[in-house]
This record gives sequence, structure tokens and C-alpha cells, in this order.
Amino acid sequence: MSEAAISPVPVGRSLWADARIRLFRNKAAVASLFFLIFMGVISIAGPWFSPHQYERVYTEYVRVPASLSAYPKPEQIAPAVERIAARVRAQIESQQVVGGSVRVTLVSPRAIDERNLAFFGRSDLFQGANVVERADEGRKLVIDAPIRWRTFLFGTDGNGRDLFTRTLIAGRVSLAIGLLATGVALLIGVAYGATAGYLGGRIDTVMMRIVDILYALPFIFFVIMLVVFFGRNFILMFLAVGAIEWLDMARIVRGQTLSIKRQEYVQAAEALGVTSNGILRRHIIPNTLGPVVVYMTLLVPKVILLESFLSFLGLGVQEPMTSWGVLISDGARNIQNAEWLLFFPALFLVTTLFALNFLGDGLRDALDPKDR
Amino acid sequence: MLMYILRRLTSALPTLFVVVTLSFFLIRLAPGGPFDLEQPLEAKVMENLNRIYKLDRPLIEQYWLYLSHLATGDFGPSFYARDFTVAELLARGLPVSITIGGLALLLALAIGIVLGTIAAFRQNQPADYSVMVFATFGITIPTFVVAPVLQIVFGLLLAWLPVGGWNNGHVRNLILPVIALALPQVAVVARMIRASMIEALRSNHIRTLRSQGLPRSTIAIHALRGAMLPVVSYMGPAAAALLTGSVVIETIFGLPGVGRYFVEGALNRDYTLVMGTVVMVAVFVLVFNLIVDILYALLDPRVRYDT
Repeated sequence: MSEAAISPVPVGRSLWADARIRLFRNKAAVASLFFLIFMGVISIAGPWFSPHQYERVYTEYVRVPASLSAYPKPEQIAPAVERIAARVRAQIESQQVVGGSVRVTLVSPRAIDERNLAFFGRSDLFQGANVVERADEGRKLVIDAPIRWRTFLFGTDGNGRDLFTRTLIAGRVSLAIGLLATGVALLIGVAYGATAGYLGGRIDTVMMRIVDILYALPFIFFVIMLVVFFGRNFILMFLAVGAIEWLDMARIVRGQTLSIKRQEYVQAAEALGVTSNGILRRHIIPNTLGPVVVYMTLLVPKVILLESFLSFLGLGVQEPMTSWGVLISDGARNIQNAEWLLFFPALFLVTTLFALNFLGDGLRDALDPKDR
Repeated sequence: MLMYILRRLTSALPTLFVVVTLSFFLIRLAPGGPFDLEQPLEAKVMENLNRIYKLDRPLIEQYWLYLSHLATGDFGPSFYARDFTVAELLARGLPVSITIGGLALLLALAIGIVLGTIAAFRQNQPADYSVMVFATFGITIPTFVVAPVLQIVFGLLLAWLPVGGWNNGHVRNLILPVIALALPQVAVVARMIRASMIEALRSNHIRTLRSQGLPRSTIAIHALRGAMLPVVSYMGPAAAALLTGSVVIETIFGLPGVGRYFVEGALNRDYTLVMGTVVMVAVFVLVFNLIVDILYALLDPRVRYDT
């Protein structure tokens, strides 16, 4: 008796606190959450720290394979020196790599114009050239060209652009598109579904009939029409894609609303004279959020896939901007001779979608325990 | 039941009408026209073309003309592939798309149901986990990644199957596109069957069957009947989408199906081709929704459509 009096009042746990505990017990979901945060951070911050610009073209490194060690590879140096020598109009007497630079002896029947040595600096391989020794009245030059080391972790694409930086930039675009379109779908779907469900009766019938008709419209047709209308403006386009994707959301929210509006607390609010608008915002919408959050995590991958589908058709983001879909369709075309062009973007896309799916499943289990 | 089907078919007509109307005006709102080439045509030629195809009439009149032709089953001539009518184009492409899509549908159902049932019977065991991981892979890897990989592995490295082409529907040409098209559907079906099967296995009538010591296969068949319901309602729109062709699969494997007509038609402003494809897809969707509702009544005795 006295013990019960001493023990503290048990603290009630809200639905959300309960769900959070269940979610954090789900290892796959937590790992997915951290992975997504990591993916978001490297996509946003990564390009700033990368030594390469995403649109910078390295004409001498077209389609080089992914490699942890820096370029140029030893076998690439000699041909590059030969190309430059041809432009300097000189023959190579000897060349050898010493430490971090290449020492070349150039000979020519006429005096070599030393201004042409700037070709070394313009090359992607060298930082410039210093004349070490002049002989034969300038017809023979010994020069020392320090090598410019560059790392292409994921290799380069068909235009000689760094795939690593491009994959990160693409991640920015794809993730932004996924979130943007989902946000729009969320806003429209929740407002529409909650209104239809709460008002009920004939208004509900008409509103859901409209949704049914929109369902029967071929979806791809709509998306292509949107691309035709909005053309190159991809932000506008994905606002519009979100405006199409709200149909499922509206159905889910309406179903939830129908059951919530019969709850005692809603009736109490009605008895107290709260307006419909107030009930919708204070009671109905917050209580439908569980399934909505779950559906949202599953909608983001859907939209990202949709974007890559459009890019595959050549209707997506425009060059030099890029997205995972653009990179993947580019890689699929080059799969025979440059498999890294498909592998790395596909890896990023698939792992992200994987994580989103696991997080969505985890959230569903956490928010709706009886559905397990 | 027959009355119900008739009533549903008549109520589908207004929906079809709205779909046709919406898409007719949408495609007309798009900038550009079917005869805008990179080098503009002479004004006189353009005028003549527009007159022949009645594009110079007021939009409302064109709309009325299109509807009245459509009512007699006439889809009109294609503006882009000018030697063909839209009906001819659809008649050439549909058999290809239906063959590929139908086979993919059957494959997806067969494998998906088996995998989902296995996973449900062995819930939280290694078999279950591997099915779920496979299913998640199937959903997350885009078709346009799977298809080229299949082409490379089976077409070039192993050289077992042709990389693409239709070849009058030879079996060897069908295998890769059907697998690539079915894979995501297998994954979805397996996941849905697993979820609903787990629930069905807990229901009273299945517990009774178990207590009577019936073999697992018998129990599975009885449980499947209830567990099929969500899959059936998912498969309605999915089947319509599969049978009306996939742009990605048809492009990658070079198949002459109807899936590409959408993209090509919309980009070329081939108004009649786009409209024909829209009507075709809408009819498929409406018919398959009806089939879903009939199957529901067959699978679930509580559903009745007598009234």
C-alpha cells in the first residue's frame, strides 16, 4: 500500500514514442535510416570536397576505368608526350619518368619555339614544362614536365568527366526530385482525402469518382504530356509528377478519415462547436499520419524510379546536369566496353531504394503493430 | 451475375468518354503540331496537309468528328506513319505486346505465389529472409538495369539466347524480355502473398484444417484462396499495364510492340496514334477491373453482386 504511494506515477507513452521505440529495435530499419542520412550528406557535401568539377571534361581521360591509384598510368605517359611533341614540331630523342615528372629530350631540324611548350601545361597529364638544358642553338631541348596526378575513383564517362563527382551530383538531383514530388503528393493527397472522407455523402462520392477517372487515364501518357509542356524545367515537372502521384495518398487518407471521424473525441469536438476546418486540422489529419508516413517512404523510391525511367526515354534532366537515371541509362548503353559506367550509379540507386524500402517496412511495423 | 457484368460495362462508357475527352484536349494543348519538321514545310504544303487531315477546322468540330469516327470503331489515320491507320498499327503491335506481357504475367503469378507461400510457411526462417531479400531486389532494381545485364550475360557471354529482336515470336527470342518484364512483378506478388498468407494461416478455418492433420499442400491451397484477394486486386491494373506493352522492354530488346507508341506518338504529336493508344489502355484497364471484381466474387463467397 505504502509502496504504491511512493512509486512514481507511470508516464503514458504517446503513439509516436511507442512507434519510435519499436522502430529503433528494428536493426534493418535503423541501418537504413543511417545509410540514407549518409547518402544525403555525401550527395550534398561531397561535390564541394571532390577535386573534380562535375562538368569538367578531361579530353585525355575519356572512359578510363575506375581505379584507386592515380592517373596517368605509366603506359599513358609516353603516348601523351608523343602527341605533345608532334604539336611542338619536334622529335623525341629520349624520355624517362623520374619521380613525379617526366624528362624529355626534344630535337628538331630548326630551333624549337619554347612558347609551344605551353602544350604541356594545357594537357591533362602535366602541370607544365621547364627547360633544363638547351643545346645546338635551341634545336635540342631537355625539359622536365611534372606529372599532374589525378584520381578517378569511379572512372570517367564517355566525355571524360569524373564519374564519382557526377554520381554525387546525380544523387542530389534524384533525392531532391524524390522528396519534392512526394511532398507535393502528400499535400494534395492528404487535403483531398481528408476533406472527402470527413464531409462524406454526395461530396465524397463525387470527389472519389474524380479519383477513379484519373486512375483510368494512362499514367505514362500524362507524364509524357507534362514533359512536353514543361520541357526543360525539371522542378516544375516534378511538382507536376507529384500532382499526379497523389491519387493513392488520397484514397488511403480518405479510408483512415472515415474510421477516425466516428471516434468519440471527434464527436466531442463537434459537440463543443469546433468548425469542420478546425476538426480536420486538429484531429483528423494528425491521426491519419501513421499510414501516410509509411506510404511516403515508399513513394520516394517510386518517384526516383520514375525519374530514371523518364531519363531512360531521354525526357529527364538535361546535360550537363545529371541524375542517377541519366547515368544509368548512359551506362546501360556502354555496358559492353565500360561496365563501371553502369555499376557505380546503379549501386548508389539500388542501395538507396533498398534502404528506403526497409525503412518503409520498419515504419509500417512500428506504426501499425497489428499488421505484422 | 450476367446483369451485373452488363451494368458494369455500361457504367464504364462514361469513364471512357471522360478519358477520351481529357486526353484529346490535353494533347492538342501541347505546343507544336504533327507536321512541324526541323525544316519547316512550305506554307502551301502545310495548309494542304492540315486540310486533308481536317486540322484546320475548329477544335470542337475536330473533337466531334473524332468521337463519331471512334463510335464506329475508326481510329483514323496515323499522322506520322502516314501509310498506316492507327488501327493497323495497333493490330500489328498488340499481338507482340500481349504475348510478352501475358507470358510475364503468368510467370510472375506462378513464381510469386510459390515463393510467397514458402516464405509464409517458414516465417522468420532463412527461406523467408532469402525470399524477402530477393523480392526487395526485384522491386528496387530498375528494368533498364536488369535487361542489359541479361542481354550481356545470356546473349553475349554465354551466347545461349539472342540479344533481341522479335523473329516472329520464336521461343528463344521471348525468354529474356519475359524474364526482365516479370521480375518486378514476381517480387510484388511474392511480398503480397507472403503478407496475406501469414494472416490467412492464423484464421479459424485453417486452424481447423491443421488440427485435422491435413498435409501442408492441402492447407496451402485452402489458405491461398483467401490470400489471393489482395493480389487479385493488384493484378487488375498491373495486368492491363503488362499487356499493353512496356516502353523500356520493347526499346531494349527491339520488339515491335505497342508500348513505344505512347512515347513516339506524344513526341511526334501524332494525335490519332496517341488517342488510339489511350483508348486501348483505358479499355484494358476497365476490362481488367471488371475481371478483378468477378474473380473477387468467385474467390470470396461473402461478396455478392446479385442486387
